[in-house]
Amino acid sequence: MTWETVIGLEVHVQLGTRSKMFCGCSAGFGDPPNTNVCPVCLGLPGALPVPNAMAVRLAVRAALALDCSVQEQSVFARKNYFYPDLPKGYQISQFERPLAIRGRLLIESADRGAVAVSIQRLHIEEDAGKLLHDRIPGKTAIDLNRAGIPLAEIVSGPDLRSPAEARAYLTALRQILVYAGVSDCSMEKGSLRVDGNISVRRAGETALGTKTEIKNLNSFANLERALTAERDRQQEVLERGGRVEQVTLLFSAATGEVRPTRSKEASHDYRYFDDPDLPPLVVGSRTLEQIGSELPELPSAKRARLMSSYGLGAYDAGVLVSERPIADYFEAVCREGADPKSAANWIINESGAYPEPAALAQLIGLVAGGTVSHQAAKRIYPELRDGLAPRVVAERLGLLQVRDEVALRGWVDEVIAAHPGEVARYRAGEIRLLAFLTGQVMKRSRGTADPKGAQTMLARQLEGS
Amino acid sequence: MSAREVAVAVGERLAEAERAGLNATLAWSEAALLAEADRVNALPEPGPLHALPVAIKDNIVTTGLPTTCGSRILAGYRSPFDATVVDRLHAAGAMVACKTNLDEFAMGSSTEHSAYGRVRHPMDPSRVPGGSSGGSAALVASGAVPMALGSETGGSVRQPASFCGVVGVKPTYGRVSRYGLVAFGSSLDCVSVFARTVGDAARVLRVIAGPDPRDATTLAAPPIAPLRSGATLSGTTIGVPREYFPGDLDRGVRAACDAALARMRELGATIVEVSLPHSSLAVPTYYIIAPAEAAANLARFDGARYGTRAPAAGDVRALYRATRGAGFGAEVRRRILVGTYVLSAGYYDAYYGHAQAARRRIAGDFSSAFAAGVDLLFTPTTPTTAFKAGEKTGDPVSMYLADVFVCPASLAGLPAMSLPIGRSEGLPVGGQLIAPALAEARMLAAAAALESVLDATGEVR
Repeated sequence: MTWETVIGLEVHVQLGTRSKMFCGCSAGFGDPPNTNVCPVCLGLPGALPVPNAMAVRLAVRAALALDCSVQEQSVFARKNYFYPDLPKGYQISQFERPLAIRGRLLIESADRGAVAVSIQRLHIEEDAGKLLHDRIPGKTAIDLNRAGIPLAEIVSGPDLRSPAEARAYLTALRQILVYAGVSDCSMEKGSLRVDGNISVRRAGETALGTKTEIKNLNSFANLERALTAERDRQQEVLERGGRVEQVTLLFSAATGEVRPTRSKEASHDYRYFDDPDLPPLVVGSRTLEQIGSELPELPSAKRARLMSSYGLGAYDAGVLVSERPIADYFEAVCREGADPKSAANWIINESGAYPEPAALAQLIGLVAGGTVSHQAAKRIYPELRDGLAPRVVAERLGLLQVRDEVALRGWVDEVIAAHPGEVARYRAGEIRLLAFLTGQVMKRSRGTADPKGAQTMLARQLEGS
Repeated sequence: MSAREVAVAVGERLAEAERAGLNATLAWSEAALLAEADRVNALPEPGPLHALPVAIKDNIVTTGLPTTCGSRILAGYRSPFDATVVDRLHAAGAMVACKTNLDEFAMGSSTEHSAYGRVRHPMDPSRVPGGSSGGSAALVASGAVPMALGSETGGSVRQPASFCGVVGVKPTYGRVSRYGLVAFGSSLDCVSVFARTVGDAARVLRVIAGPDPRDATTLAAPPIAPLRSGATLSGTTIGVPREYFPGDLDRGVRAACDAALARMRELGATIVEVSLPHSSLAVPTYYIIAPAEAAANLARFDGARYGTRAPAAGDVRALYRATRGAGFGAEVRRRILVGTYVLSAGYYDAYYGHAQAARRRIAGDFSSAFAAGVDLLFTPTTPTTAFKAGEKTGDPVSMYLADVFVCPASLAGLPAMSLPIGRSEGLPVGGQLIAPALAEARMLAAAAALESVLDATGEVR
């Protein structure tokens, strides 16, 4: 029996604002418990929420980056439930009328090539606080610093067909949101959180199977592992002739297993209704246009442009685009006059802190002009700090290429003397040994000999005598 | 009189009201009054309400005095911030006189549902002062303070103003900030004003009105114009909705309304009969929408962060049950249950959805009447005069019907007010004026004109 896996992801991203969604408290991370709180986010009697315009802007930016249709009017709603981390007894979210609907995100699937994953909705909501079980022995403490932090919830359609595709989707989503400046999307800090919905069905069936939800997958790797474990579990249940139950699951990274949460949580009736404290959120066409114009070039467009404008291959362009600062750096190096292909090679192959764009461009120029060898350039590169010019470094390290005939002649003669066997074989017609002998000249010159000059000189000496 | 002299005098009157058994105050102290006086003296110049004592309904938060909402669950609760209306009163030179008793969380029409005992009608202690702002109404009527703040969700200022024989003004929804008003029905709640004269009510309203960056539902509207003098209603068309004068209307109430209409005609008003056909939907609509919002608004009182926490063994659910079960009174629990029910999956459309549609129809009735050339509507504020304590507590629906004439304007978000127009069997009768949105100035001017020619303390036959 072959099975098809169907996955949809619900992703929460923290909108990168300085203050909270409905009050002026800091949205900072890592502050002592209950220091970023005020009457509004504590839910004190009489306090009222006022929407954070920057959060709305960032959410609209996210929606536009994901090709969503941004609703001119969206509505905040109250999601009612009791929990100690929820100060008001309801969460302000959006329900029937979300900020944006019908978007899409292109991903590269190993199995299916390019896939357009639908985004069903993107809405704004506030985060809850955090329960701390380890601070006071035998008691639970509540930290409300996070209560009221602005979030965008992004819900994909059931369009992913494997745990690997789910991971590719999350990777692409993260990349686009970081690019758009919506969020830092750090799973460690909790600014990117993901829940997975998964079901399996017989290949060829169109109806969806019963899904389960896996909560709070805390890394890209664990997303894939958890979905794989749950897919296997569901397939096993179905192959035994059993039925998958609709449950909420938690993944244990330690055991690699998924476990049902206590089922009480699943049967909530959230009694959503429009929040009377907040007028409908209006995003007019002018605002939309303005936010759209602020949107930076997004990864897919940038990748295409790097390929067409700089003549890069798909792989190189993809690597450069993976992080916006790298792509920006690449273009800066090219603007300094570097050959794009060489610049791409340098940037892709060298890790760590990049030198000033002008320095790398000059270094590339020195290699192209034969002033330093590629080998020497590799030694110069790590020294390009504190605004030192590559030529100065090359001089200081004695790595400028030597084209002086006398010097070259000296190294060539030494090599011929030191390798009588190879010389004899070369003269007998084994001409590929010229490269070996040139290498020996380079070695003897500690990389400073001009390779072309050395080779010409070597050939002449071998022919001549 | 200096501010400190006023503070001392107000303290004496509040003590007197206490001795008289009104039970209208929940918190006040001579020390707090003197602190208020010092605050007035520290202002660079006298404000429009210089050294005037204002009683504050105890669902409006104050840093100087506790805020209990008439509930055990907030016994002794002290807010770390002042409501915007309190800030504005202070800036205008007014003094917070005291916190006043109310139906618990403003849920009631008689001020019998306070955890701290019922408020007595100042003219007849066996009767109720109306509610839920009964404490504020009784204090103003008794003369202890010249003015007070109350709050309206469905008539909680106009109805007690009518019962107690004082002026009660509810502004347009969004005219006055709700920041610091403990929420009951957020789409309906309005901080409102009691005073003994229309002029005083207008002065207080002008001070507290205006947009507030802390309340996203406040309106950016031009301020309410000051009250013009000159008692004429010429050129004013007063609509009289027939649905507000049913056959079984109290005879004294009807007589007072007829007399008031006659005086308005003499003042030059044109009186026309109009129809607001969906009026009968108002009470049932109100008793779906307000509880639904209340159920969510009162969810925060869970004993986790502030207020009373019941000693409870077991898990957090047990803590919630014990705290809320013991902390809320019967009427509050009833409304939370109703509100939870009408929003539940499977019932939402039948109740909450329908109620929203009915609300739009009720608002539509008013817009049609105003669009047809009516400037203001005039109605009785209540079907009867103040009723006896205990008369309706066993029958919630009959209690709810005490608000039948005040609910519609609340649902439509319109400004409305009650002013005394006479007496029936010795008890005050209130007449209601309802105006189009943001037309408070027009409404207050007409009320002032009527006030100037009426003997509201006289028996009407």
